Amino acid sequence: MASIENHESAGGPKRIRYLLAEFETPEELLSAAERVRDAGYTRWDAHSPFPVHGLDEAMGIKSTVLPWFVLMCGLLGAAGGLGLEWWTNAFDYPYLVSGKPLFSLPANIPVMFELTVLLSAAGALVGMLAFNGLPELYHTLFTSKRFHRATTDRFFISIDAGDPKFDAAGSEAFLRGLGGVEVESLED
Amino acid sequence: MIDNTADDPRRRAPLVLGEHNFATVTDAVCNIVEAPAPPKAWYVALAVSVGLTGVLFACVGYLIMTGVGVWGLNVPVGWAFDITNFVFWVGIGHAGTLISAILFLFRQKWRTGINRFAEAMTIFAVVCAGLFPAIHVGRVWVAYWLFPLPNQMAIWPNFRSPLLWDVFAVSTYMTVSIMFWYMGMIPDLATLRDRATTRIRHVFYGIFSLGWRGSNRHWHRFDRAYLLLAALATPLVLSVHSVVSFDFAVSLLPGWHTTIFPPYFVAGAIFSGFAMVVTLMVPARAFFGLKDFVTLRHLDNMNKIILATGSMVAYAYGIELFIAWYSGNLFEKFAFANRAFGPYWWAYWTMMTCNVLVPQLFWFKKARTTPWIMLVLCALVNVGMWFERFVIIVTSLSRDFLPSSWGYFKPTAVDLLTMAGSFGLFFTLFLLFCRYLPMIAMAEVKSIMPKAGLDYGVHRGHGQYWGEIPHQHNQQAESAAGPTGTAV
Repeated sequence: MASIENHESAGGPKRIRYLLAEFETPEELLSAAERVRDAGYTRWDAHSPFPVHGLDEAMGIKSTVLPWFVLMCGLLGAAGGLGLEWWTNAFDYPYLVSGKPLFSLPANIPVMFELTVLLSAAGALVGMLAFNGLPELYHTLFTSKRFHRATTDRFFISIDAGDPKFDAAGSEAFLRGLGGVEVESLED
Repeated sequence: MIDNTADDPRRRAPLVLGEHNFATVTDAVCNIVEAPAPPKAWYVALAVSVGLTGVLFACVGYLIMTGVGVWGLNVPVGWAFDITNFVFWVGIGHAGTLISAILFLFRQKWRTGINRFAEAMTIFAVVCAGLFPAIHVGRVWVAYWLFPLPNQMAIWPNFRSPLLWDVFAVSTYMTVSIMFWYMGMIPDLATLRDRATTRIRHVFYGIFSLGWRGSNRHWHRFDRAYLLLAALATPLVLSVHSVVSFDFAVSLLPGWHTTIFPPYFVAGAIFSGFAMVVTLMVPARAFFGLKDFVTLRHLDNMNKIILATGSMVAYAYGIELFIAWYSGNLFEKFAFANRAFGPYWWAYWTMMTCNVLVPQLFWFKKARTTPWIMLVLCALVNVGMWFERFVIIVTSLSRDFLPSSWGYFKPTAVDLLTMAGSFGLFFTLFLLFCRYLPMIAMAEVKSIMPKAGLDYGVHRGHGQYWGEIPHQHNQQAESAAGPTGTAV
């Protein structure tokens, strides 16, 4: 990739990766996000220290498929749990306890339930991280000093240079017009 | 300090006191972690805790080298301090998940000030709890027989045994609690990473924050995952102590064999867990200067929950006695008469005093809002809840159906030191947490501050935010902030 070449040929021409606009309040971020969305950008993001209510709509984010993934994990846990209990106690090593049937549902519910919860919860955490592309320990945005406040008290909009509508000068002027504190271009 | 414990239904009381904006919230929480040295009291407490942890490991080592004979338990009392401590610690662990999951689903915004803290406490309590079943099996080196793993006996565990359910319930609970706690902490670890001034902090918090950059596309999935985890943890937390109670209820022993056990155990667990949260929270908020985030209202609310669950526990005690009489069963009646007036009467009446009478003092607002009073009361509740498990386990076992097989359990020094040592382990982990991890969920607290309040779009008049909501849209951040504590 180009970034690797750039690192190797020190001093070579750098390419703009991101444009980063900074805002002071969640309100400013929201109205700016709406305008970026309406301008037709697709590869862009908003950054905030906490989830800002209404920002999903303002950015036009589609609802995540994560719940379906978690449901699948849960069903797998339920089926796996029941299968484990049946295979170990009724098939591979049949347990005859007090003349009770070798397999019945009620006594096997607790373990099945626990495994359902275990796999669903693991699915929720791992799925959330995977869909988010995390862990991603290095990111171009971290090269901005200002961006360090994105986890404390500042709000940002970043536009990826890979966006089809991106044009270095035009997009920068557009971001400046959104009324933020500062617009930065980040190179890699 | 503003009194935010008054309930004026016309306005929501502020959840964060003092003149805070987003940056000062971060400062207040991160400064604890970033300070060159913690308060002196921290060192003293850590030295004592680490010493006790050493005692714990010495006792466990001695037990493993010698055998369970070093404990006082013997037939007929085959379970004593080991399982008492196990149930006690698991119970303590229930408050964290209740606060983080159930109060989240009920939209109790005040939980944001205390959830991180309570979840951490849960995990440490479950660590202590998990130790006891592992060491009580006698031959610790084959403890893996508890799990469905191939072993030298070519036999699988019996999945119809409540003891096996317990293995799955507690290990699931431990895993899910850690995942819930860690996931909630990722954004706050990123805050610490971004503020890091030393290389080691940058690398440590950098790795554990996984490259979180506050992206809203990420927040969207994060929120959804958090909701799902809360929805999953809610039945889980209710199931765990139910399953623990099955260890007893599914047996045939008088005093154990009762259908009331699952709800009774869950109520008791939440009761003791909240008492432990308050016990730790009162000193921690004073030492680390967190009174703006863990306000008297938080403590007041927690004490109300202690009162409610304590009353449920009292009701369960009453019903147990009533059913023992109403059943007309000789053994059942004897089991309860023996608890109250038999050789363990002192344990029974300690339990009754601490669990039935003491929490009733929380009807008084003075008790709910005075830190030292609640500290004393909550410590007593914890004593009472330990004795509850002792009474249930030991009195029932010591005198069952045949007088010829009766016995009396006396703890040995190893029993007592192991129990004391488990407190050492708990407090050691807790003190390390206070020093190295964000004690307050910063991102969550910020999201319920009035400054985050948006009179916007579909969320107009949503009532999501607490305290005075700034109405002027175009004001600059600083002036729009307004003191968060201006509500009376």
